[in-house]
Amino acid sequence: MRIVPFLCSTAITVALVAVFDRPLGKVPPLGAFFSPQYGFWQNAEPARQDYGGTLSLNGLQGPVEVFFDDRLVPHVFAENEQDLYFVQGYLHARFRLFQIDLQTRAAAGRASELAGSKAINFDKEQRRLGMVYAAENALKEIEADTQFRSFFDAYTAGVNSYIEQLTESALPIEYKLLQSKPEKWSNLKTALLLKMMSKMLSGGTENDLANTNAKSIFMPEELQQLYPQVPDSLLPIVPIGTEFPKPAVIPVKPATADSLYFNNKTTVAAQSLDRPDPGNGSNNWVVGGSKTKSGYPILANDPHLELSLPSIWFEIQLKTPTHNSYGVSLPGSPFVVIGFNDSIAWGVTNSQRDVKDYYEIKFKDQTRSSYWFNGEWVPTTMRIEEIKIKDSLSVFDTVAYTVFGPVQFDNRFSNAISADRNLAVRWAAHDPSNEGLTFYKLNKARNYADYEEAISTFTCPGQNFIFASRSGDIAIWQQGRFPARWDGQGLYVMPGQDSSYLWQGYIPQQENPHAINPARGYLQSANQRAADGTYPYFIPGSYITARGVRIDKKLATMSAITPRDMMELHADYFNVSAEDVRPVLLANIQEGQLGLKEREYLEILRSWDLLASPDSKGQTVFQCFWDSVQVSIWKDEISRTNPVAPWPSEQTTIEWLLRDSVHRYADDINTTEVESLAMTITASFKKAALVLAAKEAEGKLVWSRFMNPSVYHLLKDALPAFARKGLAVGGYGNIVNAIKHSHGPSWRMIVHLTDGIEAYGVFPGGQSGNPGSRFYDNNISVWEKGEYNRCWYMRDGDRANQQVKWVLRFNKS
Amino acid sequence: MLSGVGISLWALSPWWGFVPVAFLVAAMIHQAPAKAFAAGFLGMLLAWGGLSWWIDWQNSSLLSKQVAVLFPLQGSSAALILLTGVLGGLLGGVAALAGSYLRISKSKME
Repeated sequence: MRIVPFLCSTAITVALVAVFDRPLGKVPPLGAFFSPQYGFWQNAEPARQDYGGTLSLNGLQGPVEVFFDDRLVPHVFAENEQDLYFVQGYLHARFRLFQIDLQTRAAAGRASELAGSKAINFDKEQRRLGMVYAAENALKEIEADTQFRSFFDAYTAGVNSYIEQLTESALPIEYKLLQSKPEKWSNLKTALLLKMMSKMLSGGTENDLANTNAKSIFMPEELQQLYPQVPDSLLPIVPIGTEFPKPAVIPVKPATADSLYFNNKTTVAAQSLDRPDPGNGSNNWVVGGSKTKSGYPILANDPHLELSLPSIWFEIQLKTPTHNSYGVSLPGSPFVVIGFNDSIAWGVTNSQRDVKDYYEIKFKDQTRSSYWFNGEWVPTTMRIEEIKIKDSLSVFDTVAYTVFGPVQFDNRFSNAISADRNLAVRWAAHDPSNEGLTFYKLNKARNYADYEEAISTFTCPGQNFIFASRSGDIAIWQQGRFPARWDGQGLYVMPGQDSSYLWQGYIPQQENPHAINPARGYLQSANQRAADGTYPYFIPGSYITARGVRIDKKLATMSAITPRDMMELHADYFNVSAEDVRPVLLANIQEGQLGLKEREYLEILRSWDLLASPDSKGQTVFQCFWDSVQVSIWKDEISRTNPVAPWPSEQTTIEWLLRDSVHRYADDINTTEVESLAMTITASFKKAALVLAAKEAEGKLVWSRFMNPSVYHLLKDALPAFARKGLAVGGYGNIVNAIKHSHGPSWRMIVHLTDGIEAYGVFPGGQSGNPGSRFYDNNISVWEKGEYNRCWYMRDGDRANQQVKWVLRFNKS
Repeated sequence: MLSGVGISLWALSPWWGFVPVAFLVAAMIHQAPAKAFAAGFLGMLLAWGGLSWWIDWQNSSLLSKQVAVLFPLQGSSAALILLTGVLGGLLGGVAALAGSYLRISKSKME
């Protein structure tokens, strides 16, 4: 009798378990996810979590002590370097496992394994750009140096040591949401992470494809006007007046350059799908003892990158009996990347140099197995790429490799219209190199000579390494291995049928732009062109001029500088571009044609103090108006080809408006009427006013509300709850405080090289990648207020110091 | 000692390990089906709800506020704890219900 209800209720029980055990669309399995013993609740760290303890681990040679301060910054004290980097790997995994796993999978073109089929094209492009090929080439170089290899090995062992003991309940919450598992670490993954940085910083600093389209519609003199190499208002990294030696390498323009290259009017339809933000820039500067109150140098750095949670940076102190460095590390790689030790401080900004070129390849046939080069058919090397996809079958792609590099675009990629153009990519990041070695040596450097030696092998991405020492030296080098180009080489897609268009050599390292102890007592870099027109090499790139102008002018007038002054300069909201262009805009507005509301906005613009502060309405009006002007001036011209030619830079537009008197680009070529500059500017203002009125109705006329500064979780819109939005900050890409929506100062550091080392730092995030930890976002409010944390530079005698909150002891097992 | 064994078994079991336990307990202790369901439901509601509440309290609701946005509960930690408890309770209830029927059918057969 009771058999039926028994079977029914048992069936219901089993069915419920089964339903709760499997994902429902994007929703993770409810049972496992909500289970307080296994699911997300286990990621809710007690506010009084104890991060201390004792661990016995295989792979260590001796004991290591980790002292955590109240911000969860680990101060790692090891007896040798292998143990030091083992523990750094362990700590990166302990606090940032999902981040390092996701970033290296994405770097390798394996995002689809976590994200599903929507990431297939992203993955294809990573593979076709040769990201894994680049990492493998780097790894060969890295592993050839047995001592250096032992650091990578130790780091990898440390990461894996954490992963191996991980239980299901302790998995980072993202794995529980995506129903995935972490993957074992390897030296290749560390190399991949560094290539991710190479792509971020040198993958979008050229514009060869769009430039090629520009060349098809503009005359040579127009190209000069629209895309000039040296801006009028440039204040370069190397002080003006510096004499450069005669170039040791003089590249030769191929005989066919005019006919096959410069005068080739063919357009190119292929486009990169994932182009790094050209605003991935940074500021750094240093002032010598002659300009500071204390007589000791002060160094400042703020790298501008996508702002994410967890942050791209992890603060750490690394100490052995022979060195003691402090700063931020990149989770996924050993060493301190930006920081200081007891003798020196260093920082980096991006060089913005073009180190990536495209060559047109002629294949013999559809098999792509050989291509025409130097008068014969040469075989390609094929690399078969399997892209595994979550919940789906793998997709395969075959990439042909040539003497130039991988063929990134052909009839199988990127889109339907790119057919019949085979473009191979030559990228400096493909060359064997060991960038980590530079950071390893900087961690231990004691003086200028050590620093110069450390940076001399750094290849890609080109960086501006700024330096200061306690002994009083200040210096900056733009360092990288840069091709010595003939004038115009690599601006456009180049012919790929013979060796004459290859890179002929490299600028000798000693000829890289640099400056040491200038009489003026300060040095700065902010992604501008490194040198003025007297530098004897052709150095194209995606330069940003305005921030450097502002920083240089400020530093020139400052004296008796203190760290507080440097903090104020980091926070500087002055809009130097607006200072230049506002008078032209105001002079050309035909006020009689404006309505009541429009006049109101005009008045806001007129009385604006030129500060992009969070509560500024003037900055909002200016930016909307100025964007509208640039669209009106250029859009008709650059749209004469499809895909469009590059937008002339903001700096170019400003200088053109100030210099030119004819202003023929102001005319809209799509109308029969000939528009004057005044007509175009007035019409642009009216368009901007419509946007402004709509924003005002939403209460978003104030700059910070308009811009909505936000720090997103790495998975962006998939996990909006893990983001921190609507921060009360101002700034913009052309402003020293370079915050724009979800991009900007990812780490602000100021180091005063006094006897005790007085250092400050902050990044908009926290040490922990766990959204259930109070250390997930605890520094955001500090950063938002423009404040800093004092970096505690711990010494041997500080083990019992009150600032030590937890001690984690590692022993060899 | 028994509880020690229980805890170590707990750690080894999958997330649904409590389901057969609730089933067995209900099969061993004689109860009317409705009562068994209520006991299983309440027991697991308290176990999952209570444990998640305790975790949440120690965490100052940092994580639950965010997860209660991913699962559209308007950021309410209490709703998330309740949902956790109800999920556990539902499973505990049906498992106990099934167990009680096993007991009853056995006794009838005897």
